[in-house]
Amino acid sequence: MREIEAAKISRAVSELCIQANYRLPPDVISALKKSLNKEDSSLGREIIEELLENARYARASNVPICQDTGMAVIFLEIGQDLKVVGGDLEGAVNEGVRRGYEEGYLRKSVVADPLRRKNTGDNTPAQIHSRIVRGDGLKIDLLCKGFGCENMSRAGVLNPGEGKAGIVDFVVRTVLAAGANPCPPIVLGVGLGGTVAYAAFLAAQALLRPVGQHDNRGHIASLERELLGKINDLGIGPQGLGGRVTALGVNVEVFPTHIAGLPVAVNINCHALRRAHRVL
Amino acid sequence: MAIKIKTPLTLEIVRNLHAGERVEISGAIYTARDAAHHRMIDMLKEGGDLLFPLEGQVIYYTGPSPARPGRPIGSCGPTTSSRMDPWTVPLLAMGLRGMIGKGERNQDVINAMKKYGAVYFAATGGAGAWLSKFIHKAGVIAYSDLGPEAVYQLEVKDFPAICAIDCHGNSLYDKWRVK
Repeated sequence: MREIEAAKISRAVSELCIQANYRLPPDVISALKKSLNKEDSSLGREIIEELLENARYARASNVPICQDTGMAVIFLEIGQDLKVVGGDLEGAVNEGVRRGYEEGYLRKSVVADPLRRKNTGDNTPAQIHSRIVRGDGLKIDLLCKGFGCENMSRAGVLNPGEGKAGIVDFVVRTVLAAGANPCPPIVLGVGLGGTVAYAAFLAAQALLRPVGQHDNRGHIASLERELLGKINDLGIGPQGLGGRVTALGVNVEVFPTHIAGLPVAVNINCHALRRAHRVL
Repeated sequence: MAIKIKTPLTLEIVRNLHAGERVEISGAIYTARDAAHHRMIDMLKEGGDLLFPLEGQVIYYTGPSPARPGRPIGSCGPTTSSRMDPWTVPLLAMGLRGMIGKGERNQDVINAMKKYGAVYFAATGGAGAWLSKFIHKAGVIAYSDLGPEAVYQLEVKDFPAICAIDCHGNSLYDKWRVK
């Protein structure tokens, strides 16, 4: 049984909030740089250069990459032999978000109730997902989800008979309907299987995998490539002003599902993929 | 080569701008998002005065992150313009000449832009850090209770944007959008 102080968890979460909002992950920067060679629109290339300059400036000058510093979505992988002392785990995570958003000059964008919409003032509560695994470790993944792109995400159910063609159609239609709104070039998470709720969760979790790192199952990697190709054939381009680079990458996560259904979810993220990871 | 324009915008300036042209905007611009638009329209419906005279002005759809001490503003990029579509036509009718945001506008807005003479600029979404460089002063002038959604008056110099939809109805988004 390993003990961990709640305060240590808060401190880590607070640092992750700041890190995610000021430093674009290396895999995203790399994908943006590579996309310059794929973009044939000169305006599109100029926009991608602006995004790279923005990432550089954000880090060098201590300004958040984007003003929508997002809702904090936290994925915890908790060892079953870990014991949190000096506080409760959820409280510690929320305290970390509160401090990170305050000390990091991040925007408070959370409203307490979807209908009444009064700002909570501190960007809490975080949305916390946990999984209990063997061992005594604690892995924290943070995704700061901006809502320009989140608003364009979709989940649904297909009939099993619709198969791969149905999945591709659902995903491509979702991206087409989103158009310029999610700040292309986008990074796409796709969830397949489970129930609708789990497919939506998987689609978000898929965004934790580095851009360009394919699933290790051949038929899923092949689907990722096909989706990326078809999305970029749409011609939406950077900022929806036309071009070949509409998406930087597509990650698909799958889970077993029911004999009668094929849930599919699409989580759209913009190019400002605010993501950070810590192992405690 | 970007076209330098200064606010307030005259009808002549607006008529000479075409979709695809790059601009650099200087002068005072006003921020407003969903909640502020809602309140402004409600105020108009009740016969009240607007917060600032709209004639010739430019509204920037944004909700900035907090400024660090000694800086005028935090990160300040555009938010999705289509959310403001339901409240835009009355403002255009009152002389609003320019809007800065990101993404498409609906046909009602485009028709009103043609009718009243207004232009829509796209600023690069997600480049909020870089865009903040061009904002030299920022002050809340209304609805401070809305926090990041308050109405700010910003002083900008050479703020970069692209004319995405001009007052003649031409839209850069038509390139790929099958109508």
